Amino acid sequence: MEGLTVLAERKQLVGPGDVLAEGPYFAGENTYREGSKIFASRVGMADVIGNKLIVMPVKGAYIPRMDDIVLGRVFDIGMSGWQVDIYAPYPAMLPASETPMHRGRDSVRHDLRSIYGVGDLMIAQVIAFDRTRDPLLTTKGRGLGKVTSGRVARINNTKIPRVIGKKGSMITMLKKETGTDIIPGQNGVILVTGRNPDQELIAVEAIYMIEREAHTTGLTDRVKAMILERMKGITVGQ
Amino acid sequence: MDGRRLDELRPIKLEVGILDKADGSAYIEHGRNKILAAVFGPREAHPKHIALADRAVVKCRYHMAPFSTDERKSPAPSRRELELSKVIRESLEPSIMSEYFPRSTIDIIIEVLQADAGTRCAGITAASLALADAGIPLRELVAACAAGKIDGKVVLDLSDIEDKKGDADLPVAYMPKSNAIGLLQMDGSMTEEELKQALDMAINACKTIYDMQRDALRRKYHIERDDSETEEVAEVKA
Amino acid sequence: MSATHQPSPVAKLEQKTVRDLILKGKRIDDRGPLDYRPLTIMLGTVEKANGSAQVYLGKTKILAGVKVQVGTPFPDTPNEGILTVNAEFVPLAYPTFEAGPPDENSIELARVVDRGIRESKAIDLAKMCIDPGKKVLVIFVDVYVLDHDGNLIDAAGMAALGALISAKMQAFEVKGGEIKYKDTKIPLPMQNYPVPITSVKLDGSIIVDPCLEEEQVMSCRLTVTTDKDGNVCAMQKGGLGVFTPEEIKQIISSSVNKSRELREKILSKVN
Repeated sequence: MEGLTVLAERKQLVGPGDVLAEGPYFAGENTYREGSKIFASRVGMADVIGNKLIVMPVKGAYIPRMDDIVLGRVFDIGMSGWQVDIYAPYPAMLPASETPMHRGRDSVRHDLRSIYGVGDLMIAQVIAFDRTRDPLLTTKGRGLGKVTSGRVARINNTKIPRVIGKKGSMITMLKKETGTDIIPGQNGVILVTGRNPDQELIAVEAIYMIEREAHTTGLTDRVKAMILERMKGITVGQ
Repeated sequence: MDGRRLDELRPIKLEVGILDKADGSAYIEHGRNKILAAVFGPREAHPKHIALADRAVVKCRYHMAPFSTDERKSPAPSRRELELSKVIRESLEPSIMSEYFPRSTIDIIIEVLQADAGTRCAGITAASLALADAGIPLRELVAACAAGKIDGKVVLDLSDIEDKKGDADLPVAYMPKSNAIGLLQMDGSMTEEELKQALDMAINACKTIYDMQRDALRRKYHIERDDSETEEVAEVKA
Repeated sequence: MSATHQPSPVAKLEQKTVRDLILKGKRIDDRGPLDYRPLTIMLGTVEKANGSAQVYLGKTKILAGVKVQVGTPFPDTPNEGILTVNAEFVPLAYPTFEAGPPDENSIELARVVDRGIRESKAIDLAKMCIDPGKKVLVIFVDVYVLDHDGNLIDAAGMAALGALISAKMQAFEVKGGEIKYKDTKIPLPMQNYPVPITSVKLDGSIIVDPCLEEEQVMSCRLTVTTDKDGNVCAMQKGGLGVFTPEEIKQIISSSVNKSRELREKILSKVN
């Protein structure tokens, strides 16, 4: 049997051990090659890009990648920086030297606490991560830094692309219809900021709805309908 | 003894993703066995010193609830539970692509809520699904079933009453794609012929169970095909 | 030895969200202050046990099992059966639950559930005597937490009650100090139905049935267990915060009231 299997060809749901193809193909994300065959390693939707097989997973841990924007919570303060929980298998570190306020002098513990305390939430960017060490973050950059207002929604990181949508179509609709600003972290943590908590709640509900129904068709329209219905009872911009 | 054919499985029911807080979970009813399996991970290694540099540490706990057996069982782990925790881990770990998550742990927890012989096999079947549900990359699923001997006849999937009266018990865990046996134990007395027969019987049953596992995943994660909304998703991932 | 708990693994902003909503009289899941989450009770899920009950309270899931076995009585109550309640915070229920002997939280939960059943004399233990001073029936109630999303005490109390009232044991008679089992199955000698109601104080507001996010932010909690006649049979305050006497009285009233609703729901399942 050479070529793609029905599973890959028809973009079906596959599970670990399912055969996707045999022959001169590449094993992409969430697949692996054994002998002449390529198998799925995770539950998800099979797809073919050129001659590369991939599986888009339905669920899974967040593995940091360079340049990812993430939302994290400070859980410890060290001598030269903060330990940040980015809801991944590895704790991240934000060195004091990677914050815009750092002036190159010796950081003393109590100075650090005045910038971020334990429990503070931040938007940061991943600047380094590999197999041998924990992820490194920076908050030098536009839009990065401490988060002091808004509401947080946490979904599985595999669903973030769905929340963003094709060319940003879903997230643009969400922002417009709920009147909120939405910042999605690649690690599945999403910040919603609105002028009143009712708007924020509706946006958060919409996000959880997208997570639950990510595998269905016509989702953008249904989410929009849900929002419009809920927004009827709200006075915007109080 | 319960009206089944010699090579007939007890009824099996599988359900995936029933717990909220676990990363992955599955519930199995196999005959009168009722077993819950959950997976946490990959997550930060605790304590740090057990972490491995090149792959994840897999931890497994097999435990029986006090009310699961005829006589109430003390909640403290017995020697049997500790032994089974080990052999179960050794049957599941080969399927886990743990090299993807160095310096982390993957925790597998199996709780027997009601026991009726064959709990370690049912536990493995559920735990394998829980691993897939957690989105952990696996080479394939692991299915398990026991065969045995009563009244001189080789028989599949003994129930508790049969096990107590029986002459031998042979639990087997099997990975169909690799044609590999990850768990094999035996106690009792069988001739070489009987043993080979029992082994084949168990392996065939595992293949059937494997199909049920894939079916359970399908029921949980059915995907409707939608090119328009998911095209963007593929690009982001690649 | 008991030590201060580790700080909450919840970001300050998320805690603030719960608080801000409470100040506006709202809860994070849109409930009213006296509303319980959706409650599902299933009895007899573990057929091999004498009794069992599964309670889903919101996303919290608890399974309680009852086993009845022969044992020796306590020296100071030679004519009575024994009730023993144990709770396991099983590692599958929450990422930080560890395997091992029960910690102070699971012991507190077991003892609070036990107190409710014991002080309300829910089980007529005198009927569980076989041979005075030598042999009695022991009732083991094992509470298994399967999924933790807050308010484990109430869910556990209801699961324990459900398991006890639906339990069946072998009918027996005592002849010459020996137990002789008969063919039929009979229920346990139940004569009362205690139900715990837990309220928490959060920024001055009192709310009932806290979900996990509310529990992580609360200052203190009060569990009030009431019996079928509206008498309070057990109370437990938990957490580092404090209550005023007026708040306590208010909570007692609302708990007595609320327990009727929940008791009815549990009893209606037994038929």
